[in-house]
Amino acid sequence: MTLLIRNARPYGEDAVDLLVEDGVITAIGTDLEAPEDAEVLAADDQVLLPGFVDLHTHLREPGGEESETIASGSAAAALGGYTAVFAMPNTDPVADSDVVCEHVRRRGAEVGLVDVYAVGAVTVGLEGVKMAELGTMARSRAQVRMFSDDGRCVHDPVIMRRALEYASALDVVIAQHAEDHRLTTGAQAHEGVVASRLGLAGWPATAEETIVARDCALAREAGAALHVCHVSSARTIDVLRAAKAQGVRVSAEVTPHHLLLTDARLTGYDPVNKVNPPLRTGVDTEAMRAALAEGVIDVVATDHAPHAAQYKDTEWSAAKPGMLGLQTALSVVVHTMVEPGLLDWRGVAKVMSERPAEIGNLPDHGRPIAEGEPANLALVDPEGVWTVRGDKLASRAANTPYEGMRLPATVTATILRGRVTALNGELT
Amino acid sequence: MKHLLSVTDLDAAAATGLLDTAARLKQALLGREVRKLPTLRGRTVITMFYEDSTRTRVSFEIAGKWMSADTVNVSAKGSSVSKGESLRDTALTLSAMGADCVIVRHPASGSAHRIASWADRDQETTGTHTSVVNAGDGTHEHPTQALLDAATIRERLGGIAGRRIGIVGDVLHSRVARSNVFLLATLGAEVVVVAPPTLLPVGVAEWPCRVSSVLDAELPALDAVMMLRVQAERMHGSFFPSAREYAIGYGLSADRAALLPEHAIVMHPGPMVRGMEIAPSVADAPSAAILGQVRNGVHVRMAVLYHLLAGATS
Repeated sequence: MTLLIRNARPYGEDAVDLLVEDGVITAIGTDLEAPEDAEVLAADDQVLLPGFVDLHTHLREPGGEESETIASGSAAAALGGYTAVFAMPNTDPVADSDVVCEHVRRRGAEVGLVDVYAVGAVTVGLEGVKMAELGTMARSRAQVRMFSDDGRCVHDPVIMRRALEYASALDVVIAQHAEDHRLTTGAQAHEGVVASRLGLAGWPATAEETIVARDCALAREAGAALHVCHVSSARTIDVLRAAKAQGVRVSAEVTPHHLLLTDARLTGYDPVNKVNPPLRTGVDTEAMRAALAEGVIDVVATDHAPHAAQYKDTEWSAAKPGMLGLQTALSVVVHTMVEPGLLDWRGVAKVMSERPAEIGNLPDHGRPIAEGEPANLALVDPEGVWTVRGDKLASRAANTPYEGMRLPATVTATILRGRVTALNGELT
Repeated sequence: MKHLLSVTDLDAAAATGLLDTAARLKQALLGREVRKLPTLRGRTVITMFYEDSTRTRVSFEIAGKWMSADTVNVSAKGSSVSKGESLRDTALTLSAMGADCVIVRHPASGSAHRIASWADRDQETTGTHTSVVNAGDGTHEHPTQALLDAATIRERLGGIAGRRIGIVGDVLHSRVARSNVFLLATLGAEVVVVAPPTLLPVGVAEWPCRVSSVLDAELPALDAVMMLRVQAERMHGSFFPSAREYAIGYGLSADRAALLPEHAIVMHPGPMVRGMEIAPSVADAPSAAILGQVRNGVHVRMAVLYHLLAGATS
C-alpha cells in the first residue's frame, strides 16, 4: 500500500511531498514522483502533524453501549485526528483483568480506525481496596502500560503507595483521578461564587491539590511514574511545578473543556456542562493555558465521556458527569492555544501527540515526521471553520458542550500506518 | 412573567407589583365570609411535590382555590415517580393534561429551571403554555417565601428600602436565605447574614449583603431578624460542635431578643425548632411575625398565580 501526500506543511513549516510505503514514511521531498499504484492525497498546503494520542477516553464498551462503543468511539477519534487512544477501565465489567483488557484491545484492532489501548484498573472493581493484577495485565496481549481508577480517586494512601512502588518495576504509569472524596461528598459544581448562588454543593479545588501533593511525594519516594488526570485548578499547577523541579517523575494532562469553559455556563442548570472535575473559573482556564504553554502541564487529553440522553436530560444532580471531546479537541486547542500565540504547530504536536505517546509508552506513535518513521499522521486545515452539532458527531451520545459554537481548524485527514482512516470529515 | 423560578426573575418594579397585588387581594378578602374570587375559574394548577411539605403546598392550594382555579396535588409518593419515571416525563405528562401552572418542589437545585426549559421546548411543538413556579428547589431558591417575607416586612415596618434585615443560621443549605438576600437587596434593604463560617457558602462575599459571625453585635441595629431552620442532619456533619453550642452562639433566646430595637420584628420561615433556633417566648411574643408570614403566604401566592395566569403586569 503506497500513499503520496502532496504539498503538506509538516508542523506548519515548508510544504513537501511525503511518500508512505507499507505504513512507513520512505521519502520526503519536493515534487516526488508518484509510484504507479500510489494513492495521492492532495494536502493543499495544510498542516501535517503526527497523529494525535489521547491518554484519556471513555469508550464505554463493554457495558455502556447505549452511550458509546469501541466502534463509534474509534470513529470519533479518527475524525478528530487521533491515531491512538487509551480507554479508561470504568466499564462493566471493569477492566481490572487481562481478559477485559485484551477484549478492549482486540475490539479496537477489529474496528481498525485507531489503536485502542486499554487502561487497566489500579484496584479490583475500582473499589480502592485491593490492588488489581497489574503485572498480568502489563504482560498480557493487551500490553497495558497505564493504570487508573479514573472516575474515582485511589484514595487510600497505602494502596496508592503500593501501586506506585509495584508499577515502578513494570515500567508502567499510574494515572490518578485526583479528588479527595471526603472533601467532595455530594459536590455538584466548582466551589465558588456561581455554585453558591445556584445552591449547588461545592467541589473545592483543594480536593484536587491535596491529592496531587500527596501523590507527588509518594511517587518521589517510590521512584515511580505518576500521571495526573484532568488538572482543573490553578493551585494544582503550583504543586506540579514544585514536584517537577524536585525531579519527581510526574506528568499531567488538561482537558480541552478546562482550557476553554468556565462555571459561568452553569446558570441555566443544563447538565451538558456537568463534568468531573467541574468547570472552574476564568482564573483557572487562564492558568491551564499558561501551564500547558510552559510545559508544567504536559499534554491535552480529552476525558471524552459520552452519556446517552437519558443520563443528561435530567435535573442537575441526577445527571452523570462528562462531555464529548474527541472531535472537538484540536479545534479547542487551536482556539485557546494557537490563536493567542501560546503554542505553535510544533507545540501542538508535542502536547497532543509526542508527549502523550511518551507517557503512554507507545513506541510507534508521536514520532517525528521523518523518513523511516511510522506514518501515523493528522492533516489539519488551519483556515477551516466549523459549527459543532452534537447529533452530527460520530459518538452515539450527543453531549457536547460546544453545541452551536463556531470553532477554528478542521481535521481533513487522519492516517494510521499509511492508511487513510478519515478524510474530509468522513470515515474511509 | 412566564415562570417564577428565581427572585432574580424579578426587578424591583415587578416584585413591588406582586407585593401590591398581594396587599390588594388581602384587603379584598378581609372580613369576608366567602373567600373566593372568580379570577382563575377554569384554570388548572398542579402542585408537584417531591419533598414533604405542609405549609407551602397547602398555601399554594388555598391560593389557587380562593382564586377559583382547579387545583390538583401530586406527590412523589404514590405517583409514577415511585415507578422510576424521570422528572422530565412526569412534568411533561402533567403539562400535557392541561396544567396551566405547575408548582414544583424538588430536592435538586435547578429542577424548576429544568422543568421550565422542557415545558418551553414542548410549547414550540404543541403551542400550549405551562407556567412553572419554583416552590423550593434544593438549596437554591424559594422565591414565594421571600416574597411573603417581603410582604410581611413591608406591612410591619412600613417599607423595605433602607431597612436592615438580619438572616441568621444555616445560610449554606438554605434556599430561603438565597431568595431573601437577593430579593431584599433588589428592594433596597440592607441585608446582613449571620452564621458560623461553616454554614456560609464559599462565595458569599460576592452576594449583595454583609457577612457576620457574631449575632450579638448585629442585633441592636436590626429592623428585622429572620431565623433559619437548622436541619437535624447538620448536627452530624461537623458544621458545628453541638446543638447546645449552636443555640448559645446563634439561637434567639429571650435575653438575646432583648438586644433588638423595640420596633424590630422576629421572623422564621418554619418549621421552627423551638429551643435551639428560637426560644418559645420569643416565637410567641408580639414582636414575632411568624404567623403573619404564613397569612401573607396565601395572598402572595394568589398574586403570583394571578400575574402568571391572568397576565397582569403590575
